[in-house]
Amino acid sequence: MSAVTSPARPASSGMSARTINRIVIYSLLALFAIFYLMPLFVMLVTSFKTMDEIQNGNMLSLPQSPTIEPWFKAWGETCVGLTCAGIKGYFWNSIKMVVPAVLISTLLGALNGYVLTKWRFRGHTLVFAMMLFACFIPFQSVLLPMATILGSLGRFGVTLQNATGFNFGLGNSTVNLAFVHVVYGLGFTTLFFRNYYEAFPTELVKAAQVDGASFFQIFRRIMLPNSMPIFVVTVIYQFTNIWNDFLFASAYAGTGDVMPMTVALNNVVNTSTGVVEYNVNMAAAMIAALPTLIVYVVAGRYFVRGLMAGAVKG
Amino acid sequence: MSTVAETQIKLTPEHDARPGASVRSRLQDLLPKIVLAPSFAATIVFVYGFILWTIYLSFTNSKTFPSYDITGPRAYQRLWRWTFESDPPSSWYTSITNMGIFGFLYIGICLALGLFLAILLDQKIRGEGVLRPIYLYPMALSFIVTGVAWKWFLDPGLGLEQTLHQWGWTSFHFDWIKNKDFVIYTVVIAGVWQASGFIMAMFLAGLRGIDGEIMKAAQIDGASTFQLYRRIVIPLLRPVFLSAFIVLAHLAIKSYDLVVALTSGGPGGSAWLPSNFMYEFTFKRNEMAVGSASAVIMLMTLTAIIVPYLYSELREKPR
Repeated sequence: MSAVTSPARPASSGMSARTINRIVIYSLLALFAIFYLMPLFVMLVTSFKTMDEIQNGNMLSLPQSPTIEPWFKAWGETCVGLTCAGIKGYFWNSIKMVVPAVLISTLLGALNGYVLTKWRFRGHTLVFAMMLFACFIPFQSVLLPMATILGSLGRFGVTLQNATGFNFGLGNSTVNLAFVHVVYGLGFTTLFFRNYYEAFPTELVKAAQVDGASFFQIFRRIMLPNSMPIFVVTVIYQFTNIWNDFLFASAYAGTGDVMPMTVALNNVVNTSTGVVEYNVNMAAAMIAALPTLIVYVVAGRYFVRGLMAGAVKG
Repeated sequence: MSTVAETQIKLTPEHDARPGASVRSRLQDLLPKIVLAPSFAATIVFVYGFILWTIYLSFTNSKTFPSYDITGPRAYQRLWRWTFESDPPSSWYTSITNMGIFGFLYIGICLALGLFLAILLDQKIRGEGVLRPIYLYPMALSFIVTGVAWKWFLDPGLGLEQTLHQWGWTSFHFDWIKNKDFVIYTVVIAGVWQASGFIMAMFLAGLRGIDGEIMKAAQIDGASTFQLYRRIVIPLLRPVFLSAFIVLAHLAIKSYDLVVALTSGGPGGSAWLPSNFMYEFTFKRNEMAVGSASAVIMLMTLTAIIVPYLYSELREKPR
């Protein structure tokens, strides 16, 4: 769509009106840019200030004597609940949970999308609708049964541990969370791939079938090489969602060493013992935000382009 | 790829001649369903099964631990009674009132702001490539980080109020985050900040998808910019409105984390949404049946919005 205030229009309003128009538009855009950047800016500058400067200075001023101390303190020393070993352990907890969960749910989503578009069977719409609906449920409606099941699996894991010396990951909070995120992420990944493959020419698949290519051969040699954009989109989406999750994390790994990053951050910030070190809090928040921010900065273009291809309908 | 296809052509007739071929080909026919089965089974058990389980629990008198004796709709009766207990307000009354305020403002402002920004950005703007990611990045942050940032920003002693005092505007007063009547509006501010850029991106994608010819024709017919948007562009964006509404409604009902991180529930639980009510009653107040009942009500509300949407989406598609 072309811009509406382009010079193609008859010059009834004149040149100056157009200039004013442009000034208004640019000022509005700049104003909103400030609105969106402000909290990040405040967080960033605060994390480089000394406590003295925070208490006596202005929140918007740049650090007078920038210090990287708060970042080190947040990473290695700050207290999360009763243990004071920084947030690094929780950061790794999140990584260990996110990576497998993203990979598994994305791969399954790709296969599901492939089946639901190119190998349709009676009732494929119903199957898809049921999986799609699962994306939208409030997770509160499954929270408690899952807690019960994970609890019993954990007890079973202890039994196995005693019997065989190995618990097969049962009762391990990181494994539990990864599993939960795969299950409740499937709807989204399937949706993304299904919408993407819907537009993929079925003739190509049919032709390969006539040539005798098998189900997996077609998937590997025809679908996958053409799926790069939607893979990037799905991986970014899942990574962001799972890294940022707080509800499941606080319900199934809400205390102790097993907490993921979001829960740990919330504990750091809400620890009310002693002097609140705002600079350390902000540094911790920045560390929690960095992985998703980096992914966004590196692949943001892909994210938006992919959204247009996959998620936005109509 | 071509080599595989060629060898397959040669192989296929031999396959059919062999007696095992029919079993193999039947397996080949079943393969797509076998591939889909684990995901579908997981959905059936962990989504639909668990929902039924939660509904079941809501009809028991479970407290700290689940109990499986059905005792009737007592939990719902209590919620219903609390719905009208507005003086002093029950936690449930506060939660659903907040949900109404938050949902309405959050969805409304995000849609309006998103559309507005998208239209502005669509005016052949120099630097669009810089502005767009700036508007969109909050979506990459977790609600917890957003909450922490805005908690600091809105804190009367540290943030905006303090800053404006230092700049000489000493009469400025902004303590919504500590005020039980206004704390929910701070959740709206933070929520809008986070999601509106994403909605902008959705609208922008929609705008870019509109056929330029239609616009040209309208311009030749003498339509003003405002008329053009009101009469032609916005009606054409209807599907985007719908998708954006669904995304926002979904985010609104899920906004548990934002309330926790931004307000820790607010003074006396005054910032609670139903999601916070559910969590607190289930895991902290040992009222599992009531918590489950509230979860069922949340689910019903979302179902009422989502099912018609999905139905219409999936019906149109095959045609």
